[in-house]
Amino acid sequence: MAEGEEKKAEGSAAKSKTDSKKKKKEESGDTLWSRRDFFSLAGWAGFMASLGLSGAFFTRLLFPRVLFEPSPVFKAGRPGDYTLGEVSTKWVKDQRVWIVREEAGIYAIFALCTHLGCTPKWLRTESKYKCPCHGSGFTMTGVNFEGPAPRALERLKISLGPDGLIQIDKSKKFLLEKGEWGKPGSILAV
Amino acid sequence: MANKTQGIPGITDLVDKIKSGEIWKELAKAVTDSQIWTSSFRHGYADTPRNRVLQIASNVWLHLHPVKISRHALRIRFTWCMGGITFLLFLSTVVTGIILMFYYRPVGEYAYFDMKYLQYDVPFGMLMRNMHRWAAHSMVITVWLHMFRVFLSGSYKPPREFNWVIGVFLVTFTLLLSFTGYLLPWDQLAMWAVTVGTNMARATPFLGHEGPFAEFVGVTQRYDARSVLIGGSIVGPPALLRFYVLHCIFIPLVAGALMIVHFWRIRKDGGISGPL
Repeated sequence: MAEGEEKKAEGSAAKSKTDSKKKKKEESGDTLWSRRDFFSLAGWAGFMASLGLSGAFFTRLLFPRVLFEPSPVFKAGRPGDYTLGEVSTKWVKDQRVWIVREEAGIYAIFALCTHLGCTPKWLRTESKYKCPCHGSGFTMTGVNFEGPAPRALERLKISLGPDGLIQIDKSKKFLLEKGEWGKPGSILAV
Repeated sequence: MANKTQGIPGITDLVDKIKSGEIWKELAKAVTDSQIWTSSFRHGYADTPRNRVLQIASNVWLHLHPVKISRHALRIRFTWCMGGITFLLFLSTVVTGIILMFYYRPVGEYAYFDMKYLQYDVPFGMLMRNMHRWAAHSMVITVWLHMFRVFLSGSYKPPREFNWVIGVFLVTFTLLLSFTGYLLPWDQLAMWAVTVGTNMARATPFLGHEGPFAEFVGVTQRYDARSVLIGGSIVGPPALLRFYVLHCIFIPLVAGALMIVHFWRIRKDGGISGPL
């Protein structure tokens, strides 16, 4: 197709050397594109494509493959380590996670106040999580009931590894307001 | 006196010239007739309107300045000179910032100690750091005051509406310069301020993993607007480096380009807006 165009364009150029520009334009209307139009478009397309590709490369470059950060996944012992009806605070210091065992199973709560990000405290005698910063309170399951916190505490992905150890992934969250607390991965049935 | 100086030839003339002030005119003539002077300042002092224009227009440094300023543009109670003060503060941060770059390393292990080193050991380091800091804070204040003045005096109205929009971008870039610079001392205040600040990027529409429509784009915590800003999932050394590059190169370049357009448009839109 490109060849045909070129031939036509050449032919018309030879015929109408002395013709006015207007006539040339009319003739070039017979073909889809003149050679000049074709190369102009090809040049611009190539330029824009290389620009777009470079942009894509640069965007991808900004997301490194390896992060030199603590892994969001950790192992939290065996299911038998956790007592029914109790909140375990043994991972709060290192991992900022409470582990709760109920009849339905074991789940992990992220110890980050949904108000402004402080670490609440588990008050066993009052059976609630209490944030020392602005007084937000959460029930044992993590639902906010007092203070300024606008949302329930976030639950984290919990699973049982092939080694029989509980595995908690802090990068995957389950939110009550999105109806995610019953979803697979949010609770570990024992 | 007269007796003592009579021995040196021409000394009486010289004394007379000094006494009458004639000597200065002669010295000035010698300087202004020299080749160095005439090649630097190509037009003489003949005080005609044409020469005033030529003095400005044919000098590479002065040509940035308007050849003619209307009297009202000098009324400080109208303009507050806030745009000019903002630009002066920007230039101060550029100069002091470049000086700070001679010592500061944007690396997790060094950044905080380089900042302390600059403050307590580098000669005049404290002065440079504080000048940079206060100029930056002041610039944020003056840029708002400038915007306020332009609003009060109605200087955003056509034909200046385009320049108002450029100005809004410049306010934004001023704030971004401030925000990115805030992380660089690499202390607890900086860390948590930027943690809170970049957490807002989680809620970016389409591009933040907690924002609206995120599910249609498929962004995750690992690949979204926030992680591109801080180069990971927490404010760590990669975030420091990224903010440093943004602070020292990217944002100043963009803001500088916008300033060029901003100043040029002032002239093209009829000069500084005047009192009605």
